[in-house]
Amino acid sequence: MKVTEKDVAHVADLANLELTDEERMAMLRDLNSILEYIDRLNELDTSDVPPMAQVSDRYGVDESKQGSERFAYANRDDILEGLRKSLPHEEALANAPDADGQFFQVPKVIER
Amino acid sequence: MDLTSLTIDAARSAVQERKTTALALAEAHYARIQKEDGQIGAFLTLSKERALEQADRIDRMAAEGKTLPPLGGVPVGIKDVMSTRGLRTTAGSKILEKYIPPYDCTAVMRMEAAGAVVLGKMNCDEFAMGSSNENSAYHPVRNPRDLSRVPGGSSGGSAAAVAADMAVVTLGSDTGGSIRQPASFCGVVGLMPTYGRVSRYGLIAFASSLDHIGPLAKTAKDAAIVLRAIAGRDPMDSTSADVPVPDYVAEFEKPVRGMKLGVAKEYFGEGLDDEVRHAVELAIDKLKRLGCEIVPVSLPHTPYAIPTYYIIATAEASANLARFDGVRYGHRARGVKTPSEMYRRSRDEGFGAEVKRRIMLGTYALSAGYYDAYYLKAQKVRTLLTRDFDEAFCKVDAIVTPTSPTAAFRLGEKANDPLAMYLADIYTVTADLAGIPGISVPCGETKEKLPIGLQMLGKHFDESTILRLAYEYEQA
Repeated sequence: MKVTEKDVAHVADLANLELTDEERMAMLRDLNSILEYIDRLNELDTSDVPPMAQVSDRYGVDESKQGSERFAYANRDDILEGLRKSLPHEEALANAPDADGQFFQVPKVIER
Repeated sequence: MDLTSLTIDAARSAVQERKTTALALAEAHYARIQKEDGQIGAFLTLSKERALEQADRIDRMAAEGKTLPPLGGVPVGIKDVMSTRGLRTTAGSKILEKYIPPYDCTAVMRMEAAGAVVLGKMNCDEFAMGSSNENSAYHPVRNPRDLSRVPGGSSGGSAAAVAADMAVVTLGSDTGGSIRQPASFCGVVGLMPTYGRVSRYGLIAFASSLDHIGPLAKTAKDAAIVLRAIAGRDPMDSTSADVPVPDYVAEFEKPVRGMKLGVAKEYFGEGLDDEVRHAVELAIDKLKRLGCEIVPVSLPHTPYAIPTYYIIATAEASANLARFDGVRYGHRARGVKTPSEMYRRSRDEGFGAEVKRRIMLGTYALSAGYYDAYYLKAQKVRTLLTRDFDEAFCKVDAIVTPTSPTAAFRLGEKANDPLAMYLADIYTVTADLAGIPGISVPCGETKEKLPIGLQMLGKHFDESTILRLAYEYEQA
C-alpha cells in the first residue's frame, strides 16, 4: 500500500476536507487501488518528453514572437471596467450564506 | 404534426411558416416532460417563464415576417453546469443547491441569441464527475431505452432528454467523454468540439485544460447547426481560439468519397464487448461502401490514457473546487466557529463521495513529494498521447472507433467500484487530452435493443470532416 492513513489525513487537511472515519477508510482503499492502476505510467520512459499543460499552445500562436507575445490573440488592453461591468453590490452578495448588505460575513478569523 | 419529434430545421421552418408557434412547441415539450420525466429524471429545474418569454419573442418575429435565426423557436435543454442568469444552477451538487447565477454562460447566451428556447437545466453527475449519472446529488437519470439502465454520464440528462423527445437538442460538457459516451448509451448524436472552439465562460469548471461544451442532438445536421451557433472566439475566455468558424451544413455538400479513415487496433482490444465490436465493424464496412478508404493506424500509448486522465483531471479539479468555501456562494455548515471549520464542514456536507475522492486524488498528485511522480509524469504522457494522434493524422482524415466498450450498463452495476467506472471512458478520454474533436453517432443496437455508438475523431479544428462523415453515414 502506497497511501497510508497518515497520508489520507494529511491530504484531507490540504484539501480542506474533514471526512468521517468511515470516509477515510474508504478513501484509503480507493486511492490505493486507483494509484496502483496509475502506476503503469512508469512503464514509459519520459525523460526526454516535454510536459503538456494545455492544448492552447498548439494553435493561434505567432511563432515569430517570444513568450506571452506568441498568444497575442488572447491579450486585451487594460480597460477601467474590464470586458464586463462589475456586478452591482447587491447581486454580488445575493448568493452569500451570510452577508450584511455590504460585506461577506465569516466567523471570527483572529483567535484570541 | 408531432411537435416533439422535430429536427431543428423542421421546428424552425414550422414556426417561420406559421404552421405552429414557438409557444406551442415549448408547451408540447413541457407536456412531454410532465408525462415522461417522472420516470427518467433528465431535468433538475424547469425555466418556463424564461422559455415562454423567448418563445413569444420568436413568435412576434415570425408574425412580422422576419427571418428567424438558425435556432428560432427550437426547445433546448442546458446541462446544469452552465450558468444561467436568474435560473438555479446546481452542477448536480448539494453545495450549489440554492445557487442563482448573476450572469449567463456564453454558450447559453449564444444559443438564445440564435433563437433557442431554454426549457430547463439538465441533470448530470455532480460537477460532471461520473460516467453513469448516478453521482447526481439529486436523483439518477434512467436510460429512456431501458429504465433499469444508466444513460451514461456525465451529461446523462442531456442525452436522455433528446432520446425521449423532451428537447430537440441539449448542451452538454465533455471532460473525459461526458458528451459522447451518454450519446452512445442513449442512441443520439453527441459532438465534442476541438478544445478552444467553444467558449467556456460561465461553465462551472471541472478540469480547465480538458473541459469542452458541445451539443447532443437527434441528427448530425442538428449538431452542426448548434456548433455553428455557439463556436468562435469569446474575449471572456482566453482559451477560446481565434479560428474562423465554417458553415458546417454547407460543408455537407463536399463528398466523403476518397476520404481516408484510420482504424486503430488499440481501440478493438480486450474489454470490448462482442456485440459492440460487431456493430462498429459493420459501420466501418458501410463507410467503406461510401467510398472511404480504411487505413490501419497505431495509437500505441492508448493504454496509458485513463491513468493520465485521472491524474490531470483530478489535479485540476482539486484546484477548481477549492473555490467552494462557504463564503461567497454555496452551502455553509451551521454553527461553525472558525473559518477553518467553516471550510471543512461546508465542503464535507456539500460534496458527494466521488467529488471528494477526486479532490483527494488530485490533491495527493499535486502534493509535495508526489508532483513529479504523478502530475508531471502524466503531463509528459499527455504529450505522447497527443503525438500518437499527430502521427496518425499525417496518414488519415479521421479515425473511427467504438465510443464505449459496452452498451449501457445497469444502475448500481459499477457504483461501488470507481476504477471499473473510470474504464467506461477508455475510448473517449484520449481525445480530451489531445484536444481533438470527436462525435458519437448511433450505429445499431445490441440484441437487448440497447444503442451502440460509433466514434469519429478529427484533426484540431476540423469538426467539418467528422460532421460530414456522420451526416453521410446517417443518410446512407
